[in-house]
Amino acid sequence: MPEQPQTERPQSDRPMIEIRNVTRSYGAFKALDDASLTIKEGEFFSLLGPSGCGKTTLLRMIAGFDNPTSGSISVGGQPMEGIPANRRPTNMVFQSYAIFPHLNVEQNVAYGLKRLKLQGGEEKRRVEEALAQVSLTGLGKRLATELSGGQRQRVALARALVMRPKVLLLDEPLSALDKKLREQMQVELRRLQQAVGITFVLVTHDQYEALAMSDRIAVMFGGRIAQVASPKEIYQRPVNRQVADFLGGMNFVKAEIVEENGASLVVDTLGFGRVKTDKPKTFVRNGAAATLGIRPERLRVLWDNATAKFEVAGKVVERHYFGEITHLIVEIPGLEKPLSVTETNDFGADDIPVGTSIRLAYDPEALVAMAD
Amino acid sequence: MTAARRFLAGGWLPAYAFLYVVFLYLPVIFLPIFSINTAATPKFPLTGFTLHWYEDLPRTPALLDAAWNSLIVGVSAAILSTVLGILAARSITRYRYPGRRAINGLIMAPLVLPEVIVAISMLLVMLQLGLSLSLFTVVLGHVLVCIPYSMTVLTSGFEGFDRSLEEASADLGESAFGTFRRVTLPMVAPAIISSLLVCFTISLDEFIIAFFLTGTDATLPIYIWGQLRFAAKLPGVLALGTLLLVASFLLMTIAEILRRRAARRTQNEGGLYA
Repeated sequence: MPEQPQTERPQSDRPMIEIRNVTRSYGAFKALDDASLTIKEGEFFSLLGPSGCGKTTLLRMIAGFDNPTSGSISVGGQPMEGIPANRRPTNMVFQSYAIFPHLNVEQNVAYGLKRLKLQGGEEKRRVEEALAQVSLTGLGKRLATELSGGQRQRVALARALVMRPKVLLLDEPLSALDKKLREQMQVELRRLQQAVGITFVLVTHDQYEALAMSDRIAVMFGGRIAQVASPKEIYQRPVNRQVADFLGGMNFVKAEIVEENGASLVVDTLGFGRVKTDKPKTFVRNGAAATLGIRPERLRVLWDNATAKFEVAGKVVERHYFGEITHLIVEIPGLEKPLSVTETNDFGADDIPVGTSIRLAYDPEALVAMAD
Repeated sequence: MTAARRFLAGGWLPAYAFLYVVFLYLPVIFLPIFSINTAATPKFPLTGFTLHWYEDLPRTPALLDAAWNSLIVGVSAAILSTVLGILAARSITRYRYPGRRAINGLIMAPLVLPEVIVAISMLLVMLQLGLSLSLFTVVLGHVLVCIPYSMTVLTSGFEGFDRSLEEASADLGESAFGTFRRVTLPMVAPAIISSLLVCFTISLDEFIIAFFLTGTDATLPIYIWGQLRFAAKLPGVLALGTLLLVASFLLMTIAEILRRRAARRTQNEGGLYA
């Protein structure tokens, strides 16, 4: 792909895909349950969730391979009901890549263009442009069977991009690649999306992939959309324990609501005492009980006599070394579960003996309130 | 075990393998050898080389009729069983439904049924239906025995056909018919041709069912059977047999090459009857 600085392409606020109350039932089972979502033009949008959460079903309905039992989907302002896959302004990169094995790379990329009957070498020019976009220049004559996994993935990408779709749909495109290649492709995909400016909708079960590439993420569980927000918001302000848990480690602390007003909550906890936190916009109280969450990396070990405005004291019960970081499991008096703490090894966290009494600093801002 | 191992280690394994192959192919080798011998009786020592028996073949009208009949029956049976095979193989490889395995088993069963029983049963059915015996009834009989072979070749070609290939084609704007023409057909064409060749070869060589189900028209194997009564005709039969042998061998080889190619396209490995 052409080297260029990663710039944030300004997004328009025009909706590209509108999903309204879409349900997809198979008998009594609802693969997708009353999902509503607006994806903006030029956005890199991810559908994130465990397998069976309905993310692929939703993607396939946008592509036209499946139809909603109820609800509506529109792309570019045009309702998609009754429009088959071959007449939709979307193109898809399949999980298996679906490279035509009887055609070479060039023929694969030109497959969709053939029907357009382009004049005077336009087809050839567009194929070459697409191959250049995915760094496959010169491999046009290769057979699909002679390509590596990463190259096949690029062919699938070029074959879809060459159609200049309004929306590019990607179904777990990186799941078959090894870790290193996957990380490289994450960067390239993001860069490519910024360069072409097409709306990308990515389906993935890998939270890091979604966090690294997306403008916004929809987290899905059991056919329902749990939260739609930017990667940072999703990570820092998950709406419930399920979302928090799916996006990496999170310590959960039982809390009791003492005071609730427009923007903040005051809760009592064991271990952290009385805490005042921001009230998330989506917070809907459910009785007096609530849960506070804090990410392991938002707890910092206090060395020697250092003090912090907010701290908890405890005892290290386990230590796990992970190269650049160390995981400490710290028991706090009053807490039913010990806290998990991630500390960089710069200051010797990897040398803290098990059994040591330590103090941990935290920022009340990092405590996120979740309704139980 | 150790005795067996010592036996094999003592250089007996190559000898055993050699005898094995000789046992399989010696009878087949006799056919071409005696077909170019000048003597009318198949006996060693050979008396001399001649192509006389081959030259006589095209001058025998009954043989030409039989060959023509075999061609008609073979082509019809091949096309019919391949079409039916395609439908069944597609259903079995593509869809999941209750009874799928049982149906597959039932379709493959004629492969192991005694042919003479199948022939008699078919004869009874044909007579019950009031069909007069003709080449048409032979075709029906051959379709029955060909379908398991056709299924085997076709399922091996269709298996592992990634459904997303057809979806990708639709996604790229191609219609259902266009997808069939540009993706499905080219992918499975080698398997289909392979099935046609296998079925034709089986029909060409099949004797018992043809014998029971034909009326007055002879196919090549029936013609050969008829000729065996006359000792003087034997070398001609051997020559004809040799030609059939060569034809069958060539057709089956091409069929297997095509089947392998088809299986490779759909990224699926397996032997002929796997």
